[in-house]
Amino acid sequence: MTMADTPLTRAEAEVDAEEARRARAARTESVAKWVLPALVFVIMVVLWDRLVVWNDIPHYILPGPGLVMQTLVKDWPILFEALLVTLQITLMALAVAVIGGVGLAILFNQSRFAEMSFYPYAVILQVTPVVSIAPLIFIYVDNRTVGLLLCAWIVAFFPILANTTLGLNSTDHNLRDLFRIYGATRWQRLRFLQLPSALPYFLGGLRIAGGLSLIGAIVAEYVAGTGGIGSGLAFRILEAGYRLNIPRMFAALLLIAASGVVIFAGLSFLSHMLLRKWHESAIKRET
Amino acid sequence: MSDLLHRPTLALGQRPKVLEVSRVAKVFNGNVTALRDMSLTVNEGDFISLLGPSGCGKSTALRLIAGLSNPTTGRILWQGGQGRDDLGVVFQEPTLMPWATVAENVWLPFRLRGKTYPQVRGEVEEALSLVGLSGFLNAYPRELSGGMKMRVSIARALVTNPRLILMDEPFAALDEITRHKLNTDLLALKANIGCTVIFVTHSVFESVFLSDRIVVMAARPGRVIEEVQITAPYPRDEAFRTSADYAAHCQVTSRALHAAMGEAA
Repeated sequence: MTMADTPLTRAEAEVDAEEARRARAARTESVAKWVLPALVFVIMVVLWDRLVVWNDIPHYILPGPGLVMQTLVKDWPILFEALLVTLQITLMALAVAVIGGVGLAILFNQSRFAEMSFYPYAVILQVTPVVSIAPLIFIYVDNRTVGLLLCAWIVAFFPILANTTLGLNSTDHNLRDLFRIYGATRWQRLRFLQLPSALPYFLGGLRIAGGLSLIGAIVAEYVAGTGGIGSGLAFRILEAGYRLNIPRMFAALLLIAASGVVIFAGLSFLSHMLLRKWHESAIKRET
Repeated sequence: MSDLLHRPTLALGQRPKVLEVSRVAKVFNGNVTALRDMSLTVNEGDFISLLGPSGCGKSTALRLIAGLSNPTTGRILWQGGQGRDDLGVVFQEPTLMPWATVAENVWLPFRLRGKTYPQVRGEVEEALSLVGLSGFLNAYPRELSGGMKMRVSIARALVTNPRLILMDEPFAALDEITRHKLNTDLLALKANIGCTVIFVTHSVFESVFLSDRIVVMAARPGRVIEEVQITAPYPRDEAFRTSADYAAHCQVTSRALHAAMGEAA
């Protein structure tokens, strides 16, 4: 404030050595954050390529990166269709996980007895590996899509449930008192106090659940294993494996990894947009 | 400016009764006596401080008056019964909702009784202008300093024009310069709108500067020792802090407090 009022002396105008060093370090870091991983990526791909070429490794053992990209383009119609199937299951599972996770969290929050009764079973469902439950699910559930969805949901709902429950219970106790003094109803307290308090926690759980629902969808496809039209990427990988079509396995793997990254980035962006106005996690500090 | 939030302040002795605390005690878990046999009459326009060391039951007394817990014995009686608009509360922390703007935070007491923002825009804006924050309606709490957040909290407490405002060590966490400024502004505000305040503090100087009555309390068990009248006339400004009158009142109050603590030790 005072700096604007009085003209700077020469000494003030010059940035001192420490500040200059700090500014330089910050600039370097902001560039390195992008350049370093890109560099590692390029080195790995080149190394991979040279390894294959120099050792004359046959493509049915390890295809080079060029061949994988070629396959990705050549098999695009098959792979893209499979990608859409997998993504559809993933997103549906995520949606059901959000509804189920938040719904259960609200139920548990509103009724201590419901929480006492059912929370242990939610934990059991979470800690049991989905691969071990999935075969049973496909025995009892006739509809394949429903079975896939159920598997993916079992994996994905828990982080949302656990985080949202924590969030709903983490309201400021003075604000709770204030709501009581003003005679707030249960619904008003939930709507105006607990849900906004829980939002950052929920979004943290959502980011984890996004990745997990993709994993759940893939694992379920492996177990379900039925082929033909309407098969997802996991089935395409299995199928290509039986036929020793290793390049296609790599191409499908690439798509799965890329989907995971896109889902995570999308959910992170959503989280940032919803919290940027008020939450500490989304605020950039000067120092 | 409209006159939405103003009440006339009558002279001492002519003030109608707001609330009567009558022989109230609070025992926790059946064996911890947080407060013993407290009686207090609150009249319209009073500024009463509850002063004492930690554990003297002053916050317990405030929670009982706020209706957040019920007395074990004794009664708290509102003159003419208690309505929803009767209370405003300021806590030690600003206690704002971080996801809501300043205006939305001040709107809260109205919102909880189903009033839309346009219906109460006048009250909200006037309350914020009374605490000197007219230009900050759309700011988020994180953009404000500690003192400004406390002003928002005060605006929220007075926006419904309550019969009684409870303040639980509201300025204890602020730096001394900000605290003095807020003390002065609080008195100006009180003179302006004529509100009734019960103010919990552990600072002799703050309580003498602000109050017309100080309830000195002692700990273990929490109880009232003495009620000190501060006869210095309002308005009191910064000059009052250096006056002989102020020093004399501080001495009397300090002595009462020390007697209370000595007795407890």
